[in-house]
Amino acid sequence: MEAIYSILEAIIPLEFIDYAFMKNALIAIILISPIFAILGTMIVNNKMAFFSDALGHSALTGIAIGMVLGITNINIGMIIFAVVFALLLNYVKNKISYGADTIISVFSSIAIALGLAMLAQSGNFNKYSSYLVGDILGITETEILYVFVAAIIVYAFWYITFNKLNVISINSTLAKSKGIDVKKIDNIYVVLIAVMVMISIRWIGILLINSLLILPAASSRNISKNMRQYHLFAVLFSLFSGIAGLVISYYFNIPTGPVIVLLSGIIYFATLIGTGPNHSK
Amino acid sequence: MDKACGLHCTKINNISVTIGKDEILKDVSIHVHCGQLTVIIGRNGAGKTTLLKAILGEVKHTGDISFVDKKDNLAKRIKIGYVPQSINVEKHMPTTVYDMFASCICHVPVFLKKDKKIYEEIKEHLKIFGADSLIDKSIGDLSGGELQRVLISIATKPTPNLLILDEPVSGIDKNGINDFYQIISKLKQEYDMSIILVSHDLELAGKYADKVILLDKEVIKEGTPKEVFNSLEFKKRFGTIAI
Repeated sequence: MEAIYSILEAIIPLEFIDYAFMKNALIAIILISPIFAILGTMIVNNKMAFFSDALGHSALTGIAIGMVLGITNINIGMIIFAVVFALLLNYVKNKISYGADTIISVFSSIAIALGLAMLAQSGNFNKYSSYLVGDILGITETEILYVFVAAIIVYAFWYITFNKLNVISINSTLAKSKGIDVKKIDNIYVVLIAVMVMISIRWIGILLINSLLILPAASSRNISKNMRQYHLFAVLFSLFSGIAGLVISYYFNIPTGPVIVLLSGIIYFATLIGTGPNHSK
Repeated sequence: MDKACGLHCTKINNISVTIGKDEILKDVSIHVHCGQLTVIIGRNGAGKTTLLKAILGEVKHTGDISFVDKKDNLAKRIKIGYVPQSINVEKHMPTTVYDMFASCICHVPVFLKKDKKIYEEIKEHLKIFGADSLIDKSIGDLSGGELQRVLISIATKPTPNLLILDEPVSGIDKNGINDFYQIISKLKQEYDMSIILVSHDLELAGKYADKVILLDKEVIKEGTPKEVFNSLEFKKRFGTIAI
């Protein structure tokens, strides 16, 4: 960690890098944003934006359940709940051919309401309200390690299964005919999204997490012509708005999350306008 | 690739599908030989697509599918190629024909570098269907006919024992459909595979099919196009059609 710190200090000539919390936040952003960017590419292709939004909202119930069960490390309760919720949501989504968005909305509302009720009942609500907007500056060294491990798992999964995910997204019966275990891969994918969302929720916040998944990929999709460009631009946009958002939030004293999302939003509209009206879907 | 020898036989035995309380398919058995085009017809909701999905193992079903090589009379694992009716595309989407094709046949993720060897291999195979010039195009920008060519070439690499096609109903004009049938005829003659086609165009089905199966929950009538089209069962559902 010390070595990374000194490298950061050496290459960044700005004053903010002298603070340990800024260094940690910067490392966290460099680790987290590309993961969300690549996971987002398939969320956008599969039109699952609403689905991933529901996963984000379920984090609140996750926090509450973890607390009620008295699991000391709040993350464990959240992650177990996230996996169960994601699998259940995926099952229901696949079972219902029409009106999937309705059932997702039902799940999402119940998750939020249950979370709020449980937290309020135990009188702990204020303590956890920071989860709504998140606080990247509060990330610790140990937590960075968790994120690092999660990142490696996601990258490995992406490398091994991306082609299969791509075929499933184009036509699941075609995928089946090519010998792909559609259900298994689909389930692992949503579980990974859910776990990533849960791990990052305290730094990004429930209200902002979905934009981190959707916006870089959606912006990239506006201007990309193939899968290579799609991934490259998504990662670049995500890294740019993440790092720039952190620096701007430091100098202007605004919470980091919203600044990152606003920058991503600006990039989205820039790519949309840049491609002309023919491109709008 | 080997020409059809007529010695390979795919047997689809007693397929039944029940979803909830609805019986969608009842005891459907179909035998197809290589070099033969079997066309399945039936009104909407007759269970045609469900039958395809059952054969592919996507829908829970009873019954089984076996593939027999009559040369040595051994049952072998069947390779099935599938051409979907439509795919999930949008205009200008960042998936090229190469991306889609390579995703189906190799493990190196397509978001990394283009694999030169695979690229040439794909191009070579697309050429058979006159689609090699489309390799770098976005799949969202293809015409209905072009997309069908690409989908057929994906389904036939590697060469399957059984090729299943779901004829497109939208986004493709009469010429395109004619083209589609031409390609199938060519496949039938030049490759060693059995072909099952779900058709919505009775006229063309009658013209190209070796065998027609009228499906309505179960096999109502099967035989040559003439036999089926002249049958009472057919006329009850579609009226009289001249072929």
